[in-house]
Amino acid sequence: MHIVVCIKQVPDSAQIRVHPVTNTIMRQGVPAIVNPYDLFSLEAALQLKDKHGGRITVISMGPPQAEAALKKCIAYGADEAILVTDRAFAGADTLATSFALAAAIQQIEKDMKVDLVFAGKQTIDGDTAQVGPGIAKRLNMQLLTYVSQIDALNLEQGDIQVRRRAEGGVQVLQTKLPCLITMLEGTNEMRFATMDNMFRAARYPTRIWNKDAAGIEDINKIGLKGSPTLVSKVFAPKPLARRADIIDTESHEPRDIALTLVGKLFTQHPKLRDSLADITA
Amino acid sequence: MTQHNDAPATPAKKPAGRGNYELDDRLKAYKGVWVFIEHEQGDVHSVSWELLGEGRKLADKLGVELSGVVMGAPGLPTRRYCEQAFFYGADNCYLIEDPVLANYRNEPFTKGMTALVNRFKPEILLLGATTQGRDLAGSVATTLETGLTADCTELNIDMDNRGLAATRPTFGGSLLCTIITKNYRPQMATIRPRVMSMPECNKLRSGRIIEFPLDMPEHSIVTKVLQYLPDQAQDKPQLPFADIIIAGGRGMKKPENFQLIWSLAKVLGAEVGATRPVVQSGWVEPDRQVGQSGKTVRPKLYIAAGISGAIQHRVGMEGADVIIAINNDPNAAIFDFAHYGIVGNAMTILPALTEVFKQQLAVARKTG
Repeated sequence: MHIVVCIKQVPDSAQIRVHPVTNTIMRQGVPAIVNPYDLFSLEAALQLKDKHGGRITVISMGPPQAEAALKKCIAYGADEAILVTDRAFAGADTLATSFALAAAIQQIEKDMKVDLVFAGKQTIDGDTAQVGPGIAKRLNMQLLTYVSQIDALNLEQGDIQVRRRAEGGVQVLQTKLPCLITMLEGTNEMRFATMDNMFRAARYPTRIWNKDAAGIEDINKIGLKGSPTLVSKVFAPKPLARRADIIDTESHEPRDIALTLVGKLFTQHPKLRDSLADITA
Repeated sequence: MTQHNDAPATPAKKPAGRGNYELDDRLKAYKGVWVFIEHEQGDVHSVSWELLGEGRKLADKLGVELSGVVMGAPGLPTRRYCEQAFFYGADNCYLIEDPVLANYRNEPFTKGMTALVNRFKPEILLLGATTQGRDLAGSVATTLETGLTADCTELNIDMDNRGLAATRPTFGGSLLCTIITKNYRPQMATIRPRVMSMPECNKLRSGRIIEFPLDMPEHSIVTKVLQYLPDQAQDKPQLPFADIIIAGGRGMKKPENFQLIWSLAKVLGAEVGATRPVVQSGWVEPDRQVGQSGKTVRPKLYIAAGISGAIQHRVGMEGADVIIAINNDPNAAIFDFAHYGIVGNAMTILPALTEVFKQQLAVARKTG
């Protein structure tokens, strides 16, 4: 069995700060991590490999430094890693990104048939959830998004049964391989990297593919040219006209502060008081 | 998101060289605003009505029709969905009825939507950013090779070129960006539930239903729905529709301290929410995450404890009627958009608030 897992290196958004005066992003010192949503997909792939054997190839499109994220995946237990990197990819939106990754996966396929592709549900920097579905469509694979559980995989018959989160319930779906799966967050927990795999990751020669190696001939499909969407402006959200009414008391005692707050709240918002009284009656 | 809808104090700067462009003649044929009417288990998702409200404004600015797109199997109340769409502002509805559309599946829904778009050519197509809408939008946009902007918080029309200007948070929600789709049609966007307000339901409105065939036999569809397991009502927190939410952030220091939030929530009959770092640390389940990558909420009261107020969180909750913030950092961003603030230790303030609310509500019930 051969599984391809698509990952992205992202800045740890929990640590991004906006400069209070200039309203620009302060990138310095923000660590780069593997997109946390991708790890649920990688772990699901690793669990399938534990059970059925086979090979896991991780792939990422990004700048040269994204190799670090791929090595992290090798340390978790992936077998091979490919970084698709080229200046021609700069400015790619989700449509152009899915084109490049789909082309690269077709190249990987020449080496060994691909049974399953995993992608993160979404990234924490773009938050679009569009690249996974895009790759599936371009590769003409069945798409299974928001998967909470893989019930069964039958490699001989080439079918798979999963549970997919819908808005008001769970769909139990059966489909044929090859297919593309995005895993729901919180559905598994990434294993610890073993010492052996960490050593392997340190020595592992990541394959670096430019657009030609990824089999891309039509440069109108990649980068800025292949992107229908354009960012026309980036701006900081307008501060609201209000500033919080800061509640304090002479005593600074929590109980006095709470009394003052609730008093103000109920006087200034009598409707809210009434509905609170109703809700809790 | 109301503050973005207000006219800016100074006119927005024109994007350099990108605002003015001439559409291909082929693309000029694309007219009208469409909304995908999403339904599951016999009910339309309310995000579809919210989108019709927003779509109505766009259609009026452009002087075009607003249409709903309903897909479902015969036997489902699809015609009632169309009627409801008229109540919420649609001029007409495209309806595809076929047995293969009994449950949502990517393949037949993608085929239905792309066939409709290719035949009737809308300039704008809006979908809810739900598990169904996002699944469908990504596949449809890739099939049509057009632009799709996810999780928009504001939609507008650039009257210079009739283009859709879609604004969404970017960079982990630290900044906002406006995205345009230049020489491709339709311009697609997804919007999350509760981001737009519910439009008025006018039962006197009606419209035309335009039926369209799918031509897709079941045996040609690879994915099968074996079963649908509906959630038990108590299974899932319903944050988007909660009236009261008590939320905690990393300032709660450790998972045990979240008990203080649960106690206050119990007294107020509230749901418990959390920020992304708290969810990622596993203190509460992912369904409770409020913010750009979690849920958007519009409660009557939102109490934020130990939350700094990063944009990523703010975009999910600033639509609350009343926001109370408790944070020990007087410079925390949350005090810039909360209505009431307490600079102090949430671990001592929360229990005090719980006690005081309990007493005062008992009084309010007696006197009310």
